[in-house]
Amino acid sequence: MSEQLIVPTMAEMMAEGKQPEILFWVGSAGSYDDRAKKITRAFVKILNKANVNFAVLGTEESNTGDVAKRAGNEFLFQMQAVMNIEVLNAYEVKRIVTCDPHSFNCLKNEYPGLGGQYDVIHHTQFIKELMESGRLTLEGDTYKGKRITFHDPCYLGRANSVYEAPRDVLKKTNATLVEMKRHKGTALCCGAGGAQMFKDAEPGNKEINVLRTEDALETLPEIIATGCPYCNTMMTDGVKFKEKEGDIKVMDIAELIANA
Amino acid sequence: MEYLPNIIFAVILIIGIGYFARNVKKLIRNIKLGHEVDASENTAERWKNVINIALGQSKLIRRPVSGFLHAIVYVGFIIINIEVLEIIIDGIFGTHRIGQEVLPASLYGFLIGSFEVLAVLVLVSVIIFWIRRNIIKVKRFFSAEMKGWPKNDGNIILYFEVVLMCLFLVMNASDTPFQAADSGNVISQFIAPWFSGFSEGTLHIIEKSAWWIHIVGILVFLNYLYFSKHLHILLAFPNVYFGKLEPKGKFNNLDAVTAEVKLMMDPDADPYAAPAETAEDEVPAKFGASDVMDLTQVQLLNAYTCTECGRCTSECPANLTGKKLSPRKIMMDTRDRLEEVGKNIDLNKGKFVDDGKQLLGDYITNEELWACTTCNACVEACPVSIDPLSIIMEMRRYLVMEQSAAPMELNNMMTNIENNGAPWPYNQMDRLNWKDEN
Repeated sequence: MSEQLIVPTMAEMMAEGKQPEILFWVGSAGSYDDRAKKITRAFVKILNKANVNFAVLGTEESNTGDVAKRAGNEFLFQMQAVMNIEVLNAYEVKRIVTCDPHSFNCLKNEYPGLGGQYDVIHHTQFIKELMESGRLTLEGDTYKGKRITFHDPCYLGRANSVYEAPRDVLKKTNATLVEMKRHKGTALCCGAGGAQMFKDAEPGNKEINVLRTEDALETLPEIIATGCPYCNTMMTDGVKFKEKEGDIKVMDIAELIANA
Repeated sequence: MEYLPNIIFAVILIIGIGYFARNVKKLIRNIKLGHEVDASENTAERWKNVINIALGQSKLIRRPVSGFLHAIVYVGFIIINIEVLEIIIDGIFGTHRIGQEVLPASLYGFLIGSFEVLAVLVLVSVIIFWIRRNIIKVKRFFSAEMKGWPKNDGNIILYFEVVLMCLFLVMNASDTPFQAADSGNVISQFIAPWFSGFSEGTLHIIEKSAWWIHIVGILVFLNYLYFSKHLHILLAFPNVYFGKLEPKGKFNNLDAVTAEVKLMMDPDADPYAAPAETAEDEVPAKFGASDVMDLTQVQLLNAYTCTECGRCTSECPANLTGKKLSPRKIMMDTRDRLEEVGKNIDLNKGKFVDDGKQLLGDYITNEELWACTTCNACVEACPVSIDPLSIIMEMRRYLVMEQSAAPMELNNMMTNIENNGAPWPYNQMDRLNWKDEN
């Protein structure tokens, strides 16, 4: 009983002579990772519900090169960036939204120097915008009174000082927002950043995601909310490690809102 | 003979300041070994940061206990140093408490009185600092990199401050005319009775000795700075000025790479063309950093500014989970290597002679570099805008682009991106498949 999503591509739009108001940058995780794909679908559900005139690049999108850059491979990053910028500029893209803070940071901060100037926002910022302009309204009370704690993704929070948008969106669900001891500027990384997602950790006495999950568990949450596909994976693994997956859900804000 | 003390004083002053100036010159020379950085823009914002972060200590106070104590010592030190001005004038001209003569009695009393109160507050704070380092053993002072000299250095600075403050109070307490005037001796009046049994002559000797040891102590301390972690009391200001203004997540794009990428992407470029004529002494661009000379002047200034407080390390997710990486150690290693290079230059008449060592490998290991999650917690935590992450990134760049020495899993990830535009081995044509899955 798959719900049919409307996902126009830039190529289709162009063929019809149309220009979307915003480009949805899906990102590699959002395109291929099984867990992250659910976030992608949830976000599209929101876009469809709010009648947002958007498009994706589809098979013309390629990895931003962000993870290569953090790994130290500036060549690969710039090759990817230049290719993507060529496509984006050809479609005269002005505004981009993405569910991945790493893509967000990379497109927003590192593409301009290579010729890609766009207004880039994170999906939590866009959802907030849709709610405040009245294009998106929450009918249900699914999360009323539920204890939700938000884990700040490093590349959204510290890296770009976006702390309030995700919290503002969560507050709109009438949930009880509980903060971890380390939050906002001092939030602990989930352990996936800087290309760690793709390698084993160096020897130590604990996994970073387990430490961060312990931070979250201290708040006795029913839901751990995230705004990053990598954080989501790390926190989900952490919750499983703590054998709490029966009681606590790890959800992206897009999923929370899509189900509200 | 009448002017002997004045001459001795002037000589000590010149030696003290001269030796310090010599070391400052060396420090500037060492920093200039790094690449130049253009910080000519946004001067207003830079000054604002100096006022808020350096002068106003806005980031220090985030940890209330150490932040508050630090503020006392900082304010105390700056204000009490006004007294040094009087000491220098007295020393050179042979006057005694020139301020007492030229300033209105009430103002002079107020000034010295505030210095005395601050001296006591500084004493108390410094003692608490010592307790935190030696009795309570605050964890961040006991990381692996804090053994030996760094630990002693921290304590020596505290002892210096205790001695200097005590000398200042003793100097005031044993100054009979000053006590008799009874203005500004808020604290020293309670110390004066300890000396009540002494003759006037002895008191005078005590007072003069305290005065001399105090000023010599200050000059020794000034010169100690260069050899210790304590340079931050001077360098914090320029360091904050040159600190990063852009979003923390924005890493620089390497221009040398951009030039090559543009060439590769240019359909008109002739792949068989001979390389363009270059000047003979032009060194091909090196990607990333393996030694201090490959870093920027700001990164080297960062290294000298670090006072080893360890707030970065205490927030580093890798360090918190037992990995070897410690952002503070990255800064200490960079400084130690830079000092080593500086000494090499001194010994070899102004030229660096290859010593077979470098920052990468001999100081910082690959294991430390690969443990970083680039989360910026260290950068956020630093009270004086030091950026350890930028050094880690430059060294990763060197490892990957010059040595192809990335961990195998990362090489796989990068090969995937090259081949199919995703870090996993999935077909590019499947990028939109999520649309129809559930």
